[in-house]
Amino acid sequence: MINWLANPSRFTRISARALPWCGWTAAAALCAGLFWSLVLAPPDYQQGDTVRIMFIHVPAAWMALNIYLFVAVASAVALVWRHPLAEVAARAAAPIGAAFTFVCLATGSLWGRPMWGTWWVWDARLTSVLILFFLYLGHIALVNAFDDPSRGGKAGSILALVGVVNLPIIKFSVDWWNTLHQSASVMRIGGPRIDISMLVPLLIMTAGFSLFFLALLMLRMRTVLNERKAGTLRLNAGVAPAPRPARERAMPAHPGRS
Amino acid sequence: MGDIAAFLAMGGYADFVWPAYGVALVVLTGLAADSWRRYRQSTVVLDRLQQRRRPRR
Repeated sequence: MINWLANPSRFTRISARALPWCGWTAAAALCAGLFWSLVLAPPDYQQGDTVRIMFIHVPAAWMALNIYLFVAVASAVALVWRHPLAEVAARAAAPIGAAFTFVCLATGSLWGRPMWGTWWVWDARLTSVLILFFLYLGHIALVNAFDDPSRGGKAGSILALVGVVNLPIIKFSVDWWNTLHQSASVMRIGGPRIDISMLVPLLIMTAGFSLFFLALLMLRMRTVLNERKAGTLRLNAGVAPAPRPARERAMPAHPGRS
Repeated sequence: MGDIAAFLAMGGYADFVWPAYGVALVVLTGLAADSWRRYRQSTVVLDRLQQRRRPRR
């Protein structure tokens, strides 16, 4: 399956058909999710309407973690099997992950102010997510720091793999350390501990964000492939014109031979 | 009218709820727009290079 997908021209063909579909379903899911989150979902009995921030904050946090995992797996595949698309996928996904991490941090801060009485605390959950944000930024900077994209890709892959230790720290930080942040109420053993009226918009927003990620991932991968192809063409164009005058010079000699 | 005002007030938490949705909207649509712009640009550049390579001469 991975082998079959790792062919760049096949990816280009499939993504051309899948991209519009992903984009439009993402837009539809996000519209429905926003309406459900802002209008249909009830205010929380303790937190009032601030609970509506959850419908963005929590899916964004899940995306931040899952996209990092995606970048790390793609990096491992790129390092071990050298699949041509894996490194492109990691490079294309990291900025999307960084954007979701930023959204998670910003909305968390806006939720923390009215509910905790503070914009920010240096506890394990918030600090480890901030580190995740810096890992993304570091990956983006490193990948673009080399003229040779394969060297940049390798350096970025190693950083992404080292940063994986941060993921379980984020996930379990609320259980291991004392924190203002609540512990998991959806992804927990024993099932979700959240009312269905809030779970539904949460899952719709998560689906919307996931489809949005897939669409942007394909778009950005296609961009990288286009840029690489253009780079090779430019390189060839720089080399190719040189032998041509030699052939043209040889041309006049040709009729003389017959 | 009162319904809309109540909706916008967000139970007194308008100052936190709306900026949270605003940040998400700005960051995600900004990223999508930038990705789309870069994609268009890369196809234009590639098309130009491929045209230059093939039919000339």
